[in-house]
Amino acid sequence: MGATPFLRMENIHKRFGPVIASAGVNLEVEEKEIHALLGENGAGKSVLMNILCGVLSPTEGQIVFKGSPLRLGSPREAIRHRIGMVHQHFMVVPNLTVAENYVLGHGSPLRVIRDMKQVSTRIRELSHRYGLDVRPDARIHDLSVGEQQRVEILKVLYHGVDLLILDEPTAVLTPQEADRLLALLRDLVADGKTVIFISHKLDEVMRVSDRVSVMRDGKVVFTTRTAETNPRELARMMVGRDVLMDLPRAQTSPGRVVLAVENLSCNNELGLPAVRGVSFEVRQGEIVGVAGVSGNGQSELALALVGLLPAASGSIRLNGEEICGLTSSEINHRPLSHIPEDRHKMGIVLPLPLTENVILQRYDQAPFSSRGMLRFGEITEHTRDLIRRFKVKASHPGEAIQNLSGGNQQKLVVARELARNPDFLLINQLTRGIDIGATELVMQEVLKQKEKGKAILLISTELEELFAICDRILVMFEGQFLGEVPPDRARLEEIGLLMAGNREEAQRLHNRAGAIEA
Amino acid sequence: MDDIVTLGFIATTLGATWRLAAPLVYASIGEVFSERAGVLNIGIEGVMLVGAFAGFATVFWTGSLALGLLMAVAGGALMGLLFGLFTITIKADQIVVGAAMNLLGLGLTAFLYRTYFVSTGRGVEIAPSLNLPGLSDLPFVGEAFFRHNILVYGTLLVVIAAVFILHRTSFGLTLRAVGEHPKAVDIAGRSVALYRYGAVLIGCSLAGLGGAYLTLGHSNQFVEGIASGRGFIALAVVVFARWSPIGAFFVSLLFGLFYALQLQLQAQPALHIPYQALQALPYVMTIAALILVRNRVDTPSMLGVPYRKG
Ligand SMILES: Nc1ncnc2c1ncn2[C@@H]1O[C@H](COP(=O)(O)OP(=O)(O)OP(=O)(O)O)[C@@H](O)[C@H]1O
Ligand SMILES: [Mg+2]
Repeated sequence: MGATPFLRMENIHKRFGPVIASAGVNLEVEEKEIHALLGENGAGKSVLMNILCGVLSPTEGQIVFKGSPLRLGSPREAIRHRIGMVHQHFMVVPNLTVAENYVLGHGSPLRVIRDMKQVSTRIRELSHRYGLDVRPDARIHDLSVGEQQRVEILKVLYHGVDLLILDEPTAVLTPQEADRLLALLRDLVADGKTVIFISHKLDEVMRVSDRVSVMRDGKVVFTTRTAETNPRELARMMVGRDVLMDLPRAQTSPGRVVLAVENLSCNNELGLPAVRGVSFEVRQGEIVGVAGVSGNGQSELALALVGLLPAASGSIRLNGEEICGLTSSEINHRPLSHIPEDRHKMGIVLPLPLTENVILQRYDQAPFSSRGMLRFGEITEHTRDLIRRFKVKASHPGEAIQNLSGGNQQKLVVARELARNPDFLLINQLTRGIDIGATELVMQEVLKQKEKGKAILLISTELEELFAICDRILVMFEGQFLGEVPPDRARLEEIGLLMAGNREEAQRLHNRAGAIEA
Repeated sequence: MDDIVTLGFIATTLGATWRLAAPLVYASIGEVFSERAGVLNIGIEGVMLVGAFAGFATVFWTGSLALGLLMAVAGGALMGLLFGLFTITIKADQIVVGAAMNLLGLGLTAFLYRTYFVSTGRGVEIAPSLNLPGLSDLPFVGEAFFRHNILVYGTLLVVIAAVFILHRTSFGLTLRAVGEHPKAVDIAGRSVALYRYGAVLIGCSLAGLGGAYLTLGHSNQFVEGIASGRGFIALAVVVFARWSPIGAFFVSLLFGLFYALQLQLQAQPALHIPYQALQALPYVMTIAALILVRNRVDTPSMLGVPYRKG
């Protein structure tokens, strides 16, 4: 390391009232490296990076970038120094188009926007060049989270940066997209850029980074060359204990059918067919996985199951009762839980306290309400209990949920839904943004539900997540199920082929494997 | 009925519709700016009163219509600055401050009017109608569309300018973003507060102009509470128009039509409807509109929410 590193953050402190998010962080990043930043949920990674790009002002500390001190607390200053960040929670404006988002904040405010066509053309060019599929004319609120993430990443590349900060960019990408992104990061570094990369996925970190820093309780506790460490050591550094990478699974035999879906079809918001005649069952004591590249109808399937998207045809029976066509509030009173894919859009209400978020669907039910009055004692006690059981990092139950780190918000949603003790549990992305220690915890809790005889449907773009806890995996492609595969890592290639819509090739592979076994 | 609905009646009604819609167009398009940036200003009734009074007083003393309009805009802007100070900088509740603005506008103008003008009883000269050679003399069309004063024609200019600014300039783009996702704007290096001030100032200036129309373009007098609820109706217009300036123009015309019909029908002795019922028409329609329009999709998501930087 030279005398003046590319970036040096010195003794950074940040408090939010009583909460200490940064407790004297020191971090050095070299030019043209990919520097991975690891840490448990709430360790202070996002806060530190937000300080670096000027969104938050530290209480104390300084930053030296390319040899000169950075004026802190000014996004403009960061932009001027060509520091760009892809935020953990999207910073694109939903009612604008992609292209409008890209020109937002650039050029003189009094400028007349005449060059939208050129902007679109350039976006298409870059989209092609970097392999990130982005349509310039799409409105953000019509896009899935995966698409929004691509929009975010390309936005930073569009403006051109020297230091690129990515806060959990792969959390909402499919494995294929994530692979492409990692390759892209390598290319960018070869192009002379420097990257700071936050992720909870240790394999990605091992594959792509040059150096790793681990944060704990608002401090960087460990920095090393990636080549000189391994996932086990990193996990121990983060969590402070050894983490189980493989969970023990109890064998349960599936009981009666809880959810029976027959010939279900529905259209997406644009009125195009998204789910095209799917039929399946979920039984007591089994976890059924749905794999697929995002955008193949999984989101619509989930929404249709909970009554948020009208079905065009088909039936959905829960415990034998037809629930297709019921309103979402009627469905809310059935024994069904839903962990949605986009926690901000559907899972929580950001400005409300944890307590009110915890009773969102049950505010009118005992024990949280009696004779039309809320019972705050019960509500607070229940919230405390969830916080304790799921190790949610929050200062108190009355805190606004937007103050929690991303992973802790997710943990609270999972905790809330599991606590409703439903017969059927619909999960769309279980561990999105959750650290490895908490992933272990959350997965164990879901497995406990299964042992209690719950029927669980787990939709995920994360094959690891599916392999870890599912009993069988359905592969979805263009709104249909192309096949069912057991959660066996040996069958990975077959699943990959099915996800790409190549049924014949998958069948051939399957037969060949069968022949070899025989 | 036949003898009431003649061609002449229609022409007069159409002409009156546009005239009566004019103050609503100014106020509601102004409020579109404000609300698109996330600031709900329910105080525009008070701002209109200040504009009405400032315009009236200026013309009374100087005789200059241009100066009167300028002072009306300035008065509105001053109210906007006050509103912004409390809601944007101090981050007080927008509804509470808005209510205070209404009281301030009403009280202040009444006080000043009684102090300086009530004994004079003299009016001012109202803006002359601009007769366009040829067009104004056309039968029917002339009366309906081409015998208005500059403030009525000005509504067209305001709509076009509003659409242009909101949808074709960088300022407008950022302003729309500020009401939806202020943090994204902050990160893009623009000051959320500055844009909100800009939006509120535009909004209140236009409301001031709308108020001035009442004293300088419509009647020639200032009367206490002369806005008579138009500021509140403008709020309804914005919702009904789904936060679009063009929408606001046409919805204002619709309300203008109710006002016009109400006046025209009162003048028809053949109809035996109590005039109070007719007078209530615009207000009843406001309530009906607000009940019928339940679309929440277009509402700026951060409407009424102050922005706090971390
Ligand atoms: N605006 C805020 N107000 C109060 N507390 C905050 C605020 N922002 C962050 N915090 C707190 O600061 C701590 C660090 O949060 P941060 O978002 O940096 O975590 P993180 O390491 O990014 O976690 P994750 O992996 O879950 O994203 C958390 O305890 C969080 O609750
Ligand atoms: Mg984070």
